[in-house]
Amino acid sequence: MKNIWNFFAGTLKLVSKGSKAYYCWVFFLLVLMSIGASAYIHQLDEGLVVTAMRDQVSWGFYISNFTFLVGVAAAAVLLVIPAYVYNWGPIKEFAVLGELLAVSAIIMCLLFVTVDIGHPERFWHLIPKIGLLNFPQSLLAWDVVVLNTYLMLNLTISIYILYSLYYRREPKHNFYTPLVLLSIPSAISIHTVTAFLYNGLGARPFWNSSILVPRFLASAFCSGPAFMLLIFLLVRKYTKFRIKDEAIQKVAEIMAYAMFINLLLLGAELFKEYYTDTVHLASVQYLFQGLHGHSALVPYIWTALVFNVTAFFLFLVPATRRNNMTLVIGCILVFIGVYIEKGMGLVIPGFIPDTLHEIYEYSPSSTELLLAMGIWATGLFVYTMLLRVAIPILNGDFHVAEDGVGSFIGDQLFIVQQKPEDPSVYAVSEPDPIHKKE
Amino acid sequence: MSEIEKNSYDQHRSRRKFLKGMAAGIGLIALPGKDASASMWEEFFQKHFRELSKEELKKVLQRLEKGYAKQFSKQVTVKATPPIEGVRYGYALDLSRCIGCRRCVYACVKENNQSRKPQVHWIRVMQLDKEKGVDLSHAEHYYNPEKVPEKGHFYMPVQCQQCENPPCTKVCPVQATWKENDGIVVVDYNWCIGCRYCMAACPYGARHFNWAKPGLPAADVNPDTHYLGNRPRPKGVVEKCTFCIQRTREQPGRYPACEEICPVGARKFGNLLDPEGEIRYLIENKRVFILKEDLNTQPKFFYFYAT
Repeated sequence: MKNIWNFFAGTLKLVSKGSKAYYCWVFFLLVLMSIGASAYIHQLDEGLVVTAMRDQVSWGFYISNFTFLVGVAAAAVLLVIPAYVYNWGPIKEFAVLGELLAVSAIIMCLLFVTVDIGHPERFWHLIPKIGLLNFPQSLLAWDVVVLNTYLMLNLTISIYILYSLYYRREPKHNFYTPLVLLSIPSAISIHTVTAFLYNGLGARPFWNSSILVPRFLASAFCSGPAFMLLIFLLVRKYTKFRIKDEAIQKVAEIMAYAMFINLLLLGAELFKEYYTDTVHLASVQYLFQGLHGHSALVPYIWTALVFNVTAFFLFLVPATRRNNMTLVIGCILVFIGVYIEKGMGLVIPGFIPDTLHEIYEYSPSSTELLLAMGIWATGLFVYTMLLRVAIPILNGDFHVAEDGVGSFIGDQLFIVQQKPEDPSVYAVSEPDPIHKKE
Repeated sequence: MSEIEKNSYDQHRSRRKFLKGMAAGIGLIALPGKDASASMWEEFFQKHFRELSKEELKKVLQRLEKGYAKQFSKQVTVKATPPIEGVRYGYALDLSRCIGCRRCVYACVKENNQSRKPQVHWIRVMQLDKEKGVDLSHAEHYYNPEKVPEKGHFYMPVQCQQCENPPCTKVCPVQATWKENDGIVVVDYNWCIGCRYCMAACPYGARHFNWAKPGLPAADVNPDTHYLGNRPRPKGVVEKCTFCIQRTREQPGRYPACEEICPVGARKFGNLLDPEGEIRYLIENKRVFILKEDLNTQPKFFYFYAT
């Protein structure tokens, strides 16, 4: 118990230290977070009427962001599988960072759901036994269960590993391996259940298609890794952490496959809708062509499509995949492409036209945009704090001091631009305690 | 009010609003009067409607009545009349008679204490083309001519279809909405978390959300209310047609407000289990259809053509 407290106190001391760039970044996030918080207070006071959502389009930007972020969270599994199942060293070195990203993404998911509901103070109605969770009937109840399970698993695994390394002990395999193995199906399940949430509604033909789950998974395995790669490239550039090129290449390769499947499934969906040409085509038409003069989403979805196809080729061709510049461009394209496709592009057309074929065009209000920005900032803040602790621990720059009570902090700066000619940046790192066995 | 007084009043108000928001934001309740705060906590910890004992229910109804009396400065009764044994309500609507006057829409608003600002309607009347038949993709929702009916058109009111197999209740994550024994689908406004999943699941657009605090002037309040029906709602919860549960469950029962007001007698209401009832006669002898039959929601709201 005392050890846990010492560890915690040490991390608090650690996160308060850093370079000017680190302070600026954290301050910047805190400013965005407080803007988001004031937007939320405004919304609590006035009601959800300050959003652009109405009875016709009853879910909007918040739930779109939620859906996208579930994908990002699920994608951590793409690091976990090669790292722990195939025991592949180059990825294993930083699999923890993927798990921490999953933690941050799930926190954002939960926040997006919280700000979307009309009575957040009644959250306790969702707690089994105390409230009345409608399990197993409601898919939303399933989502509550799997999201929290996944959050707990990732928190336990990553904190356990980091805690052990901090005390210079090797993490016990037989403790964390079962948890890691359990986190793989639960990563798949969070995205499956989220897709089912839409999928199971006969009232919404746009979502009521059996390839929705595979489409969700495929797009998650594009967007999540894209986000991770961007962060890892930043981490490599601005912190002392080393990530090998081959690991990044492997992730990019997986993204190429995932994007191919994603585009294939999209094509299958479009073929079915356009060739059969029933009244259910209306939502797809609204999304891709516009319907009865309403076409708010059309430019976005075509942007997404062009971005996704371009990125697919950038990742497919080895020359562009290996080039850091084109790799970064590809990641940004995928991230934006999937953000549109799996966010607004998925949620909004489900409601347009509505069940009585009325068309209400939705675009997020300023409150929605500010609040969403605040939540993204919160997620990035959480991830920054987690990385601030995790990276020095993995580097051996943060561990218990000789006296066994205080802590040794070797990395006082954290965010510092690494000179590219510094050979240590790309050099093969020494194996740290976690994979001494190999 | 003098200018200065008004200013300080405004300031006070905005500060109070801010504090209220802060309090809600961090999950703390500001400290109003001792009494008010006690009832606030009671409301917060109130159990699900179906888990309340008789004693607890009585207390809840009293608390609500007290709250409404304070809010509207008039006596409002809140009852919780249970379903009548052997009754399953059904509704039938004669499309050949309906003239699209929307009197039902406004009678419903008046009876059921819906928000006047912003307007919440539980009934939506669509104008359809006779040429195209019941084809919702050509429906006109906001028709507004001098006189109805218009040539070449017919009218189709849609409200909650009180499905036997309701997709909306299944999806609710907290069981805040369910089908009662008399077939009416109800919402516990004190349990609903406002996630709006039921609205996504409903194929008839029958569920409505209180996006803002309902604007219900005290003079317009219908004081005869039911816990699961027309009692004034808070913001942030879902509401819907209940076949006027506060009227139809009485003995002797009264017709729903929409049925009563219809000037052409297009609306019929009754007990589906009564073999001699009008509603059964209509179903057995007229050309009847239900909306979106392929979704297997099994509505208890029937459309028919009498002529």
